[in-house]
Amino acid sequence: MSFSAVLFYILSAILLVSAFRVVTAKNPVHAALFLVLAFFTSAGHWLLLEAEFLAIALVLVYVGAVMVLFLFVVMMIDINIEKLRAGFWRHFPVAATVGIVMMAEMILIIASPEAGLDSFGQAAPAVAGVSNVKQLGLQIYTTYLYPFELAAVVLLLAIVAAIALTMRKRKDTKFIDPAVQIAVRREDRVRVLKMDVEKAPAKDAGSSEQQQA
Amino acid sequence: MNWADLHLMPALPEIFLLSALSVILVLDLFVSDARRGITYLLTLLTLAVCAGIQIATSVPYVTTTFSGMFVDDPLADIVKVGMYGFTAIVLVFTRQYMADRGLFKGEYFTLSLFALLGMNVMVSASHFLTLYIGLELLSLALYALIALNRDSTSSTEAAMKFFVLGALSSGLLLYGMSMVYGATGSLDIVQIGKAIQGGSGNTVLLVFGLVFIVAGLSFKLGAVPFHMWVPDVYQGSPTAITLMVGAAPKLAALVFMIRILVQGMGPMVGDWQGMLVIVAVLSMAIGNITAIAQTNIKRMLAYSTISHMGYMLLGLLAGTAQGYSAALFYAFSYVLMTVVGFGILLALSRAGFECERLEDLKGLNGRNSWYALLMLLTMFSMTGIPPLVGFYAKLVVIQAVVDIGMFWLAVFAVLMSLIGAFYYLRVVKHMYFDEVQDTAPIVVRGDAKLVLSLSGLALLVLGVLPQGLLELCLEAMRTSLAAL
Repeated sequence: MSFSAVLFYILSAILLVSAFRVVTAKNPVHAALFLVLAFFTSAGHWLLLEAEFLAIALVLVYVGAVMVLFLFVVMMIDINIEKLRAGFWRHFPVAATVGIVMMAEMILIIASPEAGLDSFGQAAPAVAGVSNVKQLGLQIYTTYLYPFELAAVVLLLAIVAAIALTMRKRKDTKFIDPAVQIAVRREDRVRVLKMDVEKAPAKDAGSSEQQQA
Repeated sequence: MNWADLHLMPALPEIFLLSALSVILVLDLFVSDARRGITYLLTLLTLAVCAGIQIATSVPYVTTTFSGMFVDDPLADIVKVGMYGFTAIVLVFTRQYMADRGLFKGEYFTLSLFALLGMNVMVSASHFLTLYIGLELLSLALYALIALNRDSTSSTEAAMKFFVLGALSSGLLLYGMSMVYGATGSLDIVQIGKAIQGGSGNTVLLVFGLVFIVAGLSFKLGAVPFHMWVPDVYQGSPTAITLMVGAAPKLAALVFMIRILVQGMGPMVGDWQGMLVIVAVLSMAIGNITAIAQTNIKRMLAYSTISHMGYMLLGLLAGTAQGYSAALFYAFSYVLMTVVGFGILLALSRAGFECERLEDLKGLNGRNSWYALLMLLTMFSMTGIPPLVGFYAKLVVIQAVVDIGMFWLAVFAVLMSLIGAFYYLRVVKHMYFDEVQDTAPIVVRGDAKLVLSLSGLALLVLGVLPQGLLELCLEAMRTSLAAL
């Protein structure tokens, strides 16, 4: 077995275990950290396939940005994990049986001689001196320009949707617009009423009240 | 490659749509809630201009651009014009409903336009990558639209279910696509078709991928056994959004299926025909039988949708030009019926009251005989009673199945539509023969009333004179699918 094959199996084992732990971990922070591990090992797989840029992008984007953000969210909100996971082990046998049967069927088909996986062979190793990033850039901005632009539209949509779903004006806020506050005039706040005196105060009525008190 | 090689003309409607969408997105920030009508009018204007450009730039042959990833053919033209029209109708119907519930906001319009853009991309895609991105664009916009009513737990639940199952089905679809890519070495639909035709593809892997693709597509279409999300999403969403989900996206989904199954994997028709037969039979049976037990009219219409998708698949699985055009005709007439049916539910709803139980329709004839008549036309059309368009749609799909010699399937389809007649006619019975329970006056904006009446009459007109649309569908299929 070559070195890269050994590496492949080690990485795959770690990937499978960590992916399984993402689903079964009791603590959501642990689950998120196992997901980080899963991303790292998949990045290792991509390195084995000589896709260096994608491997680095996966680590930078998913591990560096997305998962850190995710960890923040998990730590900020108070999730009652026991309530969320109620019934998990009760449904686990059925789900596991279905999953295992499906996986067995898929393995049987793909591993069967009729599938002819042998005919695919190994991809030729990349020629030395060819830059992975440069090739990717050339492809993205020429042949794949249309899907690239569409991906940007999807991101724009994600921004609009996130804002539409989360931004709300708080009803109990005491916030006052400073501009409005400065622009206020005396007439808006104080109203001087001119009215006639209705009744002259009686002197002895006041003194009798004081006596009563 | 330089910019002169791009040939952007075929994609002009999409480019305009995206630009107009961005303009509306920014302009809406400066519009106060009281003058939201400006955004509404701009959105309608955008749709009208898009339809205009689409018709003006349509050519009776297939053109591609963006390295063959974008295809503009008569099939795309006719479906896109239909989608602009149906989206505009939906916006007109839902204005009052959304305003009554405080949902008449700028995001409603921008998200709707995003969904439309996603559908356009799906309809015009000629590459697995663009097919998938278009689908995600549509789905993401729909998830957000369903959850737009944030304070309603049922809407949030519906959005969550739709989101989780949508992600699952996207995963299935992508897995299938990756298998097909492995077997044929291409993501381009035309190249895949050629590879399979030439026999260079690996058959076992191709069929393996095809199973996942058909499962993913059935999920998106809402066909049995992948239909679980449809009733919950239809019931949980605000009625206006249910209409948005149930109308134009069905047209896009059909073309999406045609692009993958017919154009990409056309030579494997024998393989996917069998799978679609199972899906169609189950959809017609379970959709029609389960709908009988429903008391919520939105849920009943959801099961009715499932059964209609089964009928639509009958045309697709026939594997002939007549069959495909029958499926397209069915999709058009189904969307028209849905729009009128939900339009009346929207008209009967008012601030603080949702018309969603069957009892809410009781004695409608006594309250407003015109709406009762329109609902009667819709229900008769969904049942498939001549001379309405639903009858003709069912006739052409069953004709397509008979033409390929599947008589048992045709008989089964007719039997199932007889079962379906029960719950459609029950609605008519409630409207005409039961006592009025709800006596509140029905107030509908003038424009919505006009469009609702015209769409209702279109059910009748298209039923009497279906030849024009049918020939348009057939011609579009013949020109667009070169193999036929």
